[in-house]
Amino acid sequence: MLDDFFSRAIIGGIGVALVAGPLGCFIVWRRLAYFGDTLSHSALLGVALALLFEVNVTLAVFLVSVFVAFALLLLQRQATLSSDTLLGLLAHSALAIGLVVLAFMTWVRVDLMGFLFGDILATTKIDLGLIWFGGISVLGVLSIIWRELFAATVSLEVATAEGMKPERANAIFMILMAVVIAISMKIVGVLLITALLIIPAATARSFSRSPEQMAIIAVVFGITAVCFGLLGSLEWDTPAGPSIVVAALGLFISSFLPKVLSRKTKI
Amino acid sequence: MARKQNELIKLENAGVCRGGNWLVRGVTMNVSAGEIVTLIGPNGSGKSTTAKIALGVFDTDEGSAFCESNLRVSYVPQKLVVDWTLPLSVKRFLSLTNKVDEKEIRTALCSTETLHLINAEVRTLSGGEFQRVLLARAIASSPQFLVLDEPVQGVDFNGEIALYKLIEKIRNELNCGILLISHDLHVVMSTTDKVICLNGHVCCSGAPATVASNPEFKALFGERAAASLAFYEHSHDHEHLPDGSVKRGSEAMTRDFQATSKSLPMSQSRGTKRVGNKI
Repeated sequence: MLDDFFSRAIIGGIGVALVAGPLGCFIVWRRLAYFGDTLSHSALLGVALALLFEVNVTLAVFLVSVFVAFALLLLQRQATLSSDTLLGLLAHSALAIGLVVLAFMTWVRVDLMGFLFGDILATTKIDLGLIWFGGISVLGVLSIIWRELFAATVSLEVATAEGMKPERANAIFMILMAVVIAISMKIVGVLLITALLIIPAATARSFSRSPEQMAIIAVVFGITAVCFGLLGSLEWDTPAGPSIVVAALGLFISSFLPKVLSRKTKI
Repeated sequence: MARKQNELIKLENAGVCRGGNWLVRGVTMNVSAGEIVTLIGPNGSGKSTTAKIALGVFDTDEGSAFCESNLRVSYVPQKLVVDWTLPLSVKRFLSLTNKVDEKEIRTALCSTETLHLINAEVRTLSGGEFQRVLLARAIASSPQFLVLDEPVQGVDFNGEIALYKLIEKIRNELNCGILLISHDLHVVMSTTDKVICLNGHVCCSGAPATVASNPEFKALFGERAAASLAFYEHSHDHEHLPDGSVKRGSEAMTRDFQATSKSLPMSQSRGTKRVGNKI
């Protein structure tokens, strides 16, 4: 089954949706959408450095993302600028440095579009292994820190006061984000990773009564979007990454239908 | 640092500095098991900051803070906004930091008269309801040390008295130490063992009656507040008359802090200005 490129794409996409759901919920709850963007934009710098030093692209992207995340933490403590300014500064500087480095390497021909929008149909067996191994590790760690991370999301002070270590949970969360960006870059591309994190979680919100439920529903919507997106991409010959995001958006919009319909029947 | 047997937390000359300003400075206090200590003072006098030092949320920039190890702590913050993107039921909220079983959740909600809200979403609660749920959350885990930062804000008049009674009952049942921040001088004074009056530093401290008769307290809150307090104390002489030794201790403390406040012309002048505004 894994010999068929389309099956590999589906399995890879499902692997990414599995981790994107729960992490996406935290992005939504903590209002970190722009943080996700920053990490994914700086992924391009990771790509450039990987090509320069001839190392594994996923590993380089992960390391650069971790570096950027902790640079942000450090800047937030030192600088007197607001978080969104710092995020913009880091995101676009990293993106620009990445592009400049790529331009210097005249000997490599890079398919920039592949990195920007993903190349899910070229997913290899090694990619699949990386996605599933990375994904399951992320879910494992997340389940360990879940209670602490959630308490810190509700109130950092209460969590600290009542004997938790929310700062540590926050740092681990940043590393998990970096892993997810690194492994999902192949599937949706750096420009659209945040969409895959946020849209399923946002869709899940109105159907959920508890945080855990929201994480699971987000996973279900994510997987559905991946399947519909890929089928659509195959049918109409559209780029895979954007098609998945469009499918996710379609789910989000249709999640309003029950409400709209019930309002009409009332009138 | 020498300390008594059942002391839960102890601050010694503790101060926190942010951006070059001392939020609070020279705070010496302790809370023992079974004791209710109340912090009073005008806005911006460092009450919440002092509570956060005691909780370990803020590290001290000066002096020291000691906390009994493995203490079960509960905290009702002055302000807590649950983001509307969070699907969070009251029941789940009660086990936010500690796993508590269904029975404990029900008992806690029952005692704050919010059992009917058990399955409600936290963001749909009114201000007063949320405040009751916050208190329920704090007591559900049977804490040994409880910090309540204005726990009855927004609660209706009858509820306020009931909740203060509840706080006293919790103290008696769990024998926990309670650090309370409140503006309701009348009610608070009747349930409190020790009052600490803050204004960027400790103005005066001791048993309620001692503090009420302190000139610095009068200067800060006005003669009328002191009079109503003293009147209140007088009518409850039989319950709360401080014995001689306590009085001597607090007088010694007060002298100490007067000395400290002299070395802090900035905070002193800030204090006077605010008092001027208040009166």
